[in-house]
Amino acid sequence: MVMEIVCPAGTPAALRAAVKAGAHTIYCGFADETNARNFPGLNFSRDEMVEGVAFAHQHGSKVLVAINTFPRAGSEDLWHAAVRDAKIAGADAVILADPGLLAYAAEHHSDLRRHLSVQAAAANADIINFYGAEFGVKRVVLPRVLSVPEIAAINNETDIETEVFVFGGLCVMAEGRCSLSSYATGLSPNMNGVCSPASHVEYVEDHGALSAKLGGYTIHSVGAGEPAPYPTLCKGCFSAGEKTAHLFEDPVSLNAEHLIPQLAKAGVTALKIEGRQRSRSYVAQVVKNFRAAVEAVDQGRALPEGMLARLSEGQAVTSGAYKKTWR
Amino acid sequence: MELTVGPNQFFWKAEDWSTLYDDLAQAPVNRVVLGELVCSKRLPFYQDAILPAVETLVNAGKEVALTSLALVTLKRESKMTHDLAEAGVEVEINDLTVLAHLPKGMSFSVGPLVNVYNEGTLRWLVSRGATRICLPPELPLASVETLAKAGQEAGVAIEVWGHGRIPLAISGRCYHARLHGRIKDNCQFACEDDPDGLEVATSDGEPFLSMNGVQTLSDSCASMAYHIDALSQAGVSALRLSPQSKGFVQTCALYRQAIEGEIDADHLSDELVSVSGGMRLSDGLLTGARGADWSGKAA
Repeated sequence: MVMEIVCPAGTPAALRAAVKAGAHTIYCGFADETNARNFPGLNFSRDEMVEGVAFAHQHGSKVLVAINTFPRAGSEDLWHAAVRDAKIAGADAVILADPGLLAYAAEHHSDLRRHLSVQAAAANADIINFYGAEFGVKRVVLPRVLSVPEIAAINNETDIETEVFVFGGLCVMAEGRCSLSSYATGLSPNMNGVCSPASHVEYVEDHGALSAKLGGYTIHSVGAGEPAPYPTLCKGCFSAGEKTAHLFEDPVSLNAEHLIPQLAKAGVTALKIEGRQRSRSYVAQVVKNFRAAVEAVDQGRALPEGMLARLSEGQAVTSGAYKKTWR
Repeated sequence: MELTVGPNQFFWKAEDWSTLYDDLAQAPVNRVVLGELVCSKRLPFYQDAILPAVETLVNAGKEVALTSLALVTLKRESKMTHDLAEAGVEVEINDLTVLAHLPKGMSFSVGPLVNVYNEGTLRWLVSRGATRICLPPELPLASVETLAKAGQEAGVAIEVWGHGRIPLAISGRCYHARLHGRIKDNCQFACEDDPDGLEVATSDGEPFLSMNGVQTLSDSCASMAYHIDALSQAGVSALRLSPQSKGFVQTCALYRQAIEGEIDADHLSDELVSVSGGMRLSDGLLTGARGADWSGKAA
């Protein structure tokens, strides 16, 4: 069976581009704090979601709606409404992380398929099966802390489908369990759907150096005139002991394209591409490449070589936790 | 308001670990949670000391619970988690994985690393057997107030991160090992020399974070010194104090004095800095614009 390509869409135009490029499945979110890519100018209004789902279905693609932040105490209605409106729009599934919201969806919208977001960081078969039994979860997006053999072991112990990230931005911390951005800026992925937000970024030139700061903390510093990378907190350059380096992670992005055959053997159902903030041309290119790759794997052919490297951030890529030595 | 001591987040020598709990038996705290939270590789070094420490604390009249790991990925970690449920001591879950191992109907408490952000999740946990919930340190005061009320309605005690370096992230990667050019499986226990974590500063020298193996904490030490009354009025029933290598038993006593109204917030925070050997304080996750902010006077 051909592995399913799950592709991001930050806008209706990106959704249409992804569908036309051959994405089996698109994931997207409403334009509010209910989704973990709550960036200005991104995401879908209620009407756009209805139209987007209809367009995808006409072309044989599915749509998953990510409602994967953690509802704010006292304001759960906003998240409940998002689940309801995803169902009204005809979404094929919702992607949820919060147990309270999963319980709500299972009770009030039991016929709406539920996927477990990477934000739930379900990292072993026991908890995955628990989510299946407790909330009827049909698919889990695995956190980026697992090696390929560990993913295979999980699939041996569960009937719940697994989906893994193969391309794009890379969290180095267990997703949904990181408050670094809150500490530096007051805004976080879990509560606000943003990490290292642009609203708190400033570039400061001083004595021939250009510093990229987040919430007042220097995350990168380069010589004047050099391009300063965006100050994503966990990819920053810091000092500890005698060393000054990218102590958590280098400014790399994930590309596990070459691991697709192993991931297929490990029993993975779907391959996920990160990047709802990306342009439609980027999305279309990535989809085409991955679609070609999964079809090659399905037919037992060699993978098309190196097509994605130029699309990666700063040209530097990693296969992340899929290789055990990453740890 | 009660005081709970959370599990030691750092890797201490076994004798220092045991000394802490011997001392805490005499300290003015109500409840102690102990065991390994951060890294399963540390546990063999002090595992045999855990049950004796539990006994010492119980004999001194303390409530005691054992923590789960914060992130369960390996087979042996699943087994550890399973064994925890059978140890005969109350379990504090810090990864929902534990629920897959607890017999249905068995009560448990919930630690700060479980994402309890709203009433729906709180009620679900109560329906599963939770009797006490320590809220995530990330929550602002408005959320704490709403959840404390929901906790009272549901009949569970609500606890708040009261003091200590803030657990900000957990990862599959060991940063201490990476710093030494090693990988996690061959870490050679690079974290053992940093009993309060290793300072991570920005490239221009500003202390920012603290590295603790697979965990990343704040460099500043969170303190609810200025919010004890507000939290108490909100219905929060306990403050959680997280162990540090210097002056921790005095720290517990100072919070007790502040709760009893014997010292004010200025006095408390001055003393906290002094007994810890100069830690910087923060309370911005609860009330500030940024988590690192501090509402007391500048150091």
